[in-house]
Amino acid sequence: MTTEKVRVNGESEPNEHGYRSYSLGEFTFKRDEHFAHIDWPTGHHVMAVEPFLKALMRDIAWNFFYGTVNFDSVIGTVNHYGNVDLFAGRFNEDYRKAEIDHLENFPHDEIKATFEAMLGDWVNESFDPFAAPQETGSAYGDKDGNNYEAVTRSRVTAKRMVGLPDDEPLRSDESGYAVNRMFADVDQSEPEVSVEPGYENEVSAFSLFKYLSRSDVTWNPSVVSVCKDSLYCPTTEEFILPIIHGNDRVEWFLQLSDEIVWEVADRETGRPRANVVMKAGDCAAMPADIRHQGFSSKRSMLLVWENNSSELPGMIARGEALNVPVKF
Amino acid sequence: MKEYKTVFGSLTNFTKGGVEVINDSPQNYVFSNIFDVASRAKPWEKVAVAKNMEYVIEAIRAEGVSQWRIASHDEFALVMDGQVTIELLDPDSVTADVARTGSMALDGEPSGKKMGTIVARRGHMSLLPANRCYRISASDPSVILLQTIQGPDTVERWASICQTR
Repeated sequence: MTTEKVRVNGESEPNEHGYRSYSLGEFTFKRDEHFAHIDWPTGHHVMAVEPFLKALMRDIAWNFFYGTVNFDSVIGTVNHYGNVDLFAGRFNEDYRKAEIDHLENFPHDEIKATFEAMLGDWVNESFDPFAAPQETGSAYGDKDGNNYEAVTRSRVTAKRMVGLPDDEPLRSDESGYAVNRMFADVDQSEPEVSVEPGYENEVSAFSLFKYLSRSDVTWNPSVVSVCKDSLYCPTTEEFILPIIHGNDRVEWFLQLSDEIVWEVADRETGRPRANVVMKAGDCAAMPADIRHQGFSSKRSMLLVWENNSSELPGMIARGEALNVPVKF
Repeated sequence: MKEYKTVFGSLTNFTKGGVEVINDSPQNYVFSNIFDVASRAKPWEKVAVAKNMEYVIEAIRAEGVSQWRIASHDEFALVMDGQVTIELLDPDSVTADVARTGSMALDGEPSGKKMGTIVARRGHMSLLPANRCYRISASDPSVILLQTIQGPDTVERWASICQTR
């Protein structure tokens, strides 16, 4: 959780723009009015600060997620579930050929604390890195306050199913979740549930579409139902997925509404492999050896389906599991 | 304020996207459409549309009244089209086989205590709790997406439901 009081190792005093700089191993991160500057011993990289902060937000909120979170074609992280690689050019064919790529491994808590401190300092009051472009202010300019409330949102992770007693609550106007402007036509009725006394913890249903229509974030898969390691992680998507996700296991997408176009490339090199156009009702696997980025013109509902088994990356690496879910 | 139209699919009105291959095989994406699958399925057939190791998501054409079923683990039913009624029963004598995954069909009507009912329409998700019996009915053809584990009644026919070229 980022708070104003958090200070981490490798944090500088504010620069002339009001922003602190951060170091992690031999990496340094600095920002000015427009850009994030990342330096390492054999190279440097510049990103516009808005996409940088949007990517940083997802990396933290998802706890480094499954596999690789590419901020762009150069910078990113790889989750080893307890420790995390921070890399520059590791998954860029040309950076590797030029031998200017760099990778360092950090304990999970160390890199997370630094990233949280950076996000807390670099996000200004009017900017929400989780919001769609038309629903937030600018990320640019000199330092102008903070938006700790936005950058410390917790990711919903239901234990069994949203709406059950002692589990994640439903969303409503009263709880601060208004219907999004692009989902104003989504039916808000709930299922009719009749429960006999004593079965309140088992007879339960809720409107997932209503729940999603009230999401205040984009590109942030949250767990709504759990069948052992099978996790339903629906999310609402608008504009561009701020990261390029590199899989370490098969991941599935089920398009619940509207349309998303996915650009799919090779995980290691970034060479294009396919475009996947998904319309309502479409269902597609993302193989374990690809990276992908989505584009959604209208806010859409996407069901991301994950297998949370910690065994999977090792099984795939050892050839005990395929990169694809089925052969036919 | 500008008005937006949210597009959902249905058994009678869906449009499929697809895989536009650059340097890959379309089979790797196991691409299908649940409404397309359900429109060609028999009532209550449990057709896998997604699989990740032992876990599956099944597209089910709900039409008429299903058999009573039970599983040793939770399942979750998301209605994607139409309306269904789910009856839940706490069985007296029937138990789920913990060695088996997925749900198993029961012969006839199990005895037990009524737990409640759920009437669910498009977008509604229901818990089908472990070790409880459930029966689903739909007066009009409807579509359920079931989060479960592969079982003996899971139907795999990938070549006929997925994009192959």
